Amino acid sequence: MTTAPLSGRAFVFGDNIDTDLLAPGHLMKLPPAELASHCLEAIDPAFAKSVQTGDFVVAGHNFGLGSSREQAAVSLKLLGVGAVIAASFARIFYRNALNLGLPALFCEEANRIKVGDQLDVDPIAGTIINLTRSETLFCRPIPAHLMAIVRSGGLIAHLQTQKMEKLNS
Amino acid sequence: MTVAPTASPITSGQTLAQKLLARAAGQAYVKPGDIITVEVDLAMAHDSSGPRRWKPQLEKLGAKPWDPSKIVIVSDHYVPAVDGESAAILQVTRAFVKDYQIGKFFDMQGICHTIMPENGLLRPGLFVAGGDSHTPHAGAFGCYAAGFGATDMIGIVVTGKTWTIVPQTIRIDIEGTFAAGTTAKDIMLLLCRDLGMDNAFKAIEYGGSGVAAMSMAERMVLCNMAAELGGETGLIAPDQTTLNHIVAHGGDIGQGPQHWQPDPDAVYEKRIRIDASNLSPYVAAPHSPANSAPVEAHSGVKIDQAYIGACVGAKIEDLRMAATILRGQKIANGTRLLVAPSSSKTTAQAAGEGTLSALLDAGAILLPSGCGACAGMGAGILADGEVCISTTNRNFKGRMGNEGSSVYLASPFTVAASALMGRITDPRPYMSDRQVAA
Repeated sequence: MTTAPLSGRAFVFGDNIDTDLLAPGHLMKLPPAELASHCLEAIDPAFAKSVQTGDFVVAGHNFGLGSSREQAAVSLKLLGVGAVIAASFARIFYRNALNLGLPALFCEEANRIKVGDQLDVDPIAGTIINLTRSETLFCRPIPAHLMAIVRSGGLIAHLQTQKMEKLNS
Repeated sequence: MTVAPTASPITSGQTLAQKLLARAAGQAYVKPGDIITVEVDLAMAHDSSGPRRWKPQLEKLGAKPWDPSKIVIVSDHYVPAVDGESAAILQVTRAFVKDYQIGKFFDMQGICHTIMPENGLLRPGLFVAGGDSHTPHAGAFGCYAAGFGATDMIGIVVTGKTWTIVPQTIRIDIEGTFAAGTTAKDIMLLLCRDLGMDNAFKAIEYGGSGVAAMSMAERMVLCNMAAELGGETGLIAPDQTTLNHIVAHGGDIGQGPQHWQPDPDAVYEKRIRIDASNLSPYVAAPHSPANSAPVEAHSGVKIDQAYIGACVGAKIEDLRMAATILRGQKIANGTRLLVAPSSSKTTAQAAGEGTLSALLDAGAILLPSGCGACAGMGAGILADGEVCISTTNRNFKGRMGNEGSSVYLASPFTVAASALMGRITDPRPYMSDRQVAA
């Protein structure tokens, strides 16, 4: 995961953004980059084209409900999304995002962020500075046991680190 | 990953989820909020979430599966292959199980959640990690069964372990006798509306006289759709019905299955009581399982397609429910009825006992066993503006392959009655009093 502070624009969505919207089932056999180009198109056809590296997806409750398909988080990551900020997350999506190094931040006041707001986000400190509105929002800290994965840059990198440590010990 | 201390005194009884997680974590007691590392007893994945995602990462890590005998691979998403891409995915899956000597491989024999109990792979007490969101299905057997994404599953396949946060449990007590034409599916659609779908990091435990009287097939529906409630898992304590099913399918009931009961003084986050005798058939309108109401609210909506399929809604018992309505009848002109039994064994059983001919004579079209149109992957995809009523568990926008289509969710009884009339139809007038959920 990127542990350095991030800076970008907010793309704002509502509650219950499901995995079929993020990674449509009928396109799941496409290569990852191609699948990503259809991310959220059913509710925002312009999203995949307009989102730029470092931008944020901001949403309401239960972001990522539905399937365990990790491509939901992979697609956002491939499009360059810096972090997903939501009032709450579905469990599997939350784990998938952190495992891939895509920060997923629980923010009860996510609804204060509006379309196009410029944000500075520190995923480790759990702070969001909304430069457009001159206010700071706070996120629930990432649990301590996930910080090891976060600091390694995702679960695969974490497993590699563990393996290297075992070999060196 | 760290294991949180659980040194606090035991002050209350434990829910079934707590007991199962304590065993998996090698601890005497765990309490909600504890972050624990658990040993995985069974790791399951399918052709979409498994080998095609695992292989490159295992190679990158230079790692092998921790215990091939504890891994189950089921090809059910891209079956049978319809194009080059799906054929290649199935080929990768076959090569993987051969290379890594995974014996428990089921190639195009049915949907993973049906395959596991059908082959006696589940028993009370297991921690089951599945690379599919409907893995809680296995909770009907007194397992702690949770869904995980591909990278989490790679971690499990390499280490045999994963982490979880011990969940609070929501207890659902189902009491009374189901009236003719009502089912566990109707209960779950009602719960999606009333409990909502945002119960992440919770366990859903079902019990009561209504559950005690239920078949395993109906119990699987309750646990399967714990996923729609957003729960980490759904659970039902094992009883004689559970053990009989396991033995009948060649499984091992393990040691002391009677141990896997919630304590009488277990602490629940909340308890909900449902009187099954007052239950109506429920229908969930587009585009959410939570958008549900008694069937009257949608009666008369014209349908183009009726679909009987998926892990939740195409077991032999589901096909029998449909057949009780359709036997000796013909479906409405201008409506198509597609039936994708949840496993090859289900198809064979339905053929042998006459259930299949009742459906085919009524005009049903038989499809291969697999996830199929439920996940927008197989035969039965909808066109723009079309309306489908389906025994499946999700109706998100675009779920059945077309963003411009509308999917209603219902029980096999309601789907069959709707196919008969060409419109969403209350099944109760089409049933005799003795026709209850199998």
